[in-house]
Amino acid sequence: MSHPSEAAQGRPAMVRLGAVARTFHPGTPDAVRALDGIDVEIPEGEWVVVLGTNGSGKSTLLNVIAGTFGLDGGTIALGGQDVTHWPEHRRAGIIGRIFQNPFSGTAPAMSIAENFALASRRGRTRGFRPAVTSAFRAELRARVSTLGMGLEDRLDTAIGTLSGGQRQALTLLMATWHDPGVLLLDEHTAALDPRSAAQVQALTADIVQGRRLTALMVTHSMPQAIAYGERIIMMHRGRVLHDFRGEARRRLGVGDLLACFEDARRTPADDVPPSPRSAVGTD
Amino acid sequence: MTLLIGALTIGLILALAALGVRTSFRIFGIADITVDGSLTLGASVAAVLLVGGSAGPLVATLAGFGAGMVAGMVTGFLQTRCRIDALLSGILVMTALYSVNLHIMGRSNVPLLHARTLATVADAAGPDWFGGGEVALGRWIVPAGDLALLLMVAAIVVAVALGLGWFFHTEIGTAMRASGESPQMIRALGADVERLRVIGLAIANGLVGLAGALWAQVQGFADAQMGIGMVVWGLASVILGEALSGTTPLGVALTATVLGSILFRLLIALALGFGLNPNDLKLVTALFVFAALVLPQLIARWRRAQATRRAVPGGGTGP
Ligand SMILES: Nc1ncnc2c1ncn2[C@@H]1O[C@H](COP(=O)(O)OP(=O)(O)OP(=O)(O)O)[C@@H](O)[C@H]1O
Ligand SMILES: [Mg+2]
Repeated sequence: MSHPSEAAQGRPAMVRLGAVARTFHPGTPDAVRALDGIDVEIPEGEWVVVLGTNGSGKSTLLNVIAGTFGLDGGTIALGGQDVTHWPEHRRAGIIGRIFQNPFSGTAPAMSIAENFALASRRGRTRGFRPAVTSAFRAELRARVSTLGMGLEDRLDTAIGTLSGGQRQALTLLMATWHDPGVLLLDEHTAALDPRSAAQVQALTADIVQGRRLTALMVTHSMPQAIAYGERIIMMHRGRVLHDFRGEARRRLGVGDLLACFEDARRTPADDVPPSPRSAVGTD
Repeated sequence: MTLLIGALTIGLILALAALGVRTSFRIFGIADITVDGSLTLGASVAAVLLVGGSAGPLVATLAGFGAGMVAGMVTGFLQTRCRIDALLSGILVMTALYSVNLHIMGRSNVPLLHARTLATVADAAGPDWFGGGEVALGRWIVPAGDLALLLMVAAIVVAVALGLGWFFHTEIGTAMRASGESPQMIRALGADVERLRVIGLAIANGLVGLAGALWAQVQGFADAQMGIGMVVWGLASVILGEALSGTTPLGVALTATVLGSILFRLLIALALGFGLNPNDLKLVTALFVFAALVLPQLIARWRRAQATRRAVPGGGTGP
């Protein structure tokens, strides 16, 4: 795993996965090895795109990092801290998350302001102070107005009445209200129409690149992967099949990725190598 | 008129229980039957303290609140740490509380004959407040003590409802409201959903215990049976309140629950006045909740059927 791209060289690891494994329904005929020994190290500030066929374990990977699912084996460290046994809500102090379903990331019956108030306490104690103060509201107005959606005048509207695109844009602001150590994005534009998807993707790039966040983004869109992934990981059957970084990543085109998918499809389960065919390019 | 004041007083007291039931029902989506036991628990704890003379009305009432909270925490613990089904957790705690309450009281009924209670305090204060043993309200003459009691209870209910509204707008209360609706989101935002549920059920049952403590003082005794059917009563009040107001915003919804409880109590008093057999009370309450839950579905189905019939020329009859 020690092939850091030149940009990443010298930066400490923000995410370190060691032999991470997770099987669903173990010991039954339905047993699924969703993650089968994942070793990945992500340096601080790297934007990683995760690709892979349906069921290859991408969402499970994000879920074990967030702590939604526990591990059968292996270790997870975030920002140098071993969090393998931390519950999800404790890891949330380090992690910002956006789900594929716009409904999952917000409390629909609550107002925009209240949703943001909840997000502003991510990883902090929640006490008996009023959730929405006038100072907070002012700050919120300023931040929401950067979206250019006119939502700053509707802070008391129930967030569930907004469109999926508006909600995902807001969820992105919520997850990054305080800079997260790691931002996890699981097909967060997949449920949106093309125009909203492009808008949310552009906003994602602004935030992740503008603030140099460490991010893992799952997508099925090759152009999106090529356009944004500083590093591209392709998963297959619970393993990392390819790990493109540095020069190899820069030379990569949509055609190459499609070829990788074809290749993966033809590879039977047992032929997936336990460690990735790392491609870093010339040193 | 005295009857009306009595019904108002009890309706207000039970509004506290209805606020508790609303908390578990609307936030966590469970009809928490623990309240059947925690109402009696609040009543028996308060009654025993008052009869023994070891506490005044204020402390006894607060003790009822605290006892209810403990009951709610046990239910929350069963639901979260022991992963027992929400309904079953409530049933287990309610059943256990039946014995606990009998132990606390030492028998099935504790009269508050010579104890100083909220009611006796009101009886003493009434003539002072209104300058005489009786007060003329328009054409009606009512005992000053009864009126004072009504005002005291109303003040308590207003204070509690305001407190609850305040709590639900704090950081922790906001997180609690979101945790029932969107557990995935709130976990990702770092809140411990299970802890919030335990706290929420503690508050809900604390309110019910508080209602029990006040009710015992107003009716002059605590009884092992007094909590039976409380959850259904609470649901009836919540549903009636929502029918009057809609569900948002929160302040309106809380007020509506209080009004729902009062209204329901008045309706019951009226029905009893018209000769409803008191034995049928619980049946009527259950039927009301049943109807409130089922009628909207039936109406929706009927509307759909109407719409289909209109859309298909020649009516909706088959081939
Ligand atoms: N909660 C679960 N219970 C049982 N099996 C699961 C669960 N979650 C995922 N799986 C299984 O684990 C495997 C990996 O699923 P995962 O959702 O991680 O795939 P994915 O790469 O995100 O796929 P997609 O592109 O369709 O989103 C699949 O076979 C899936 O059926
Ligand atoms: Mg997925």
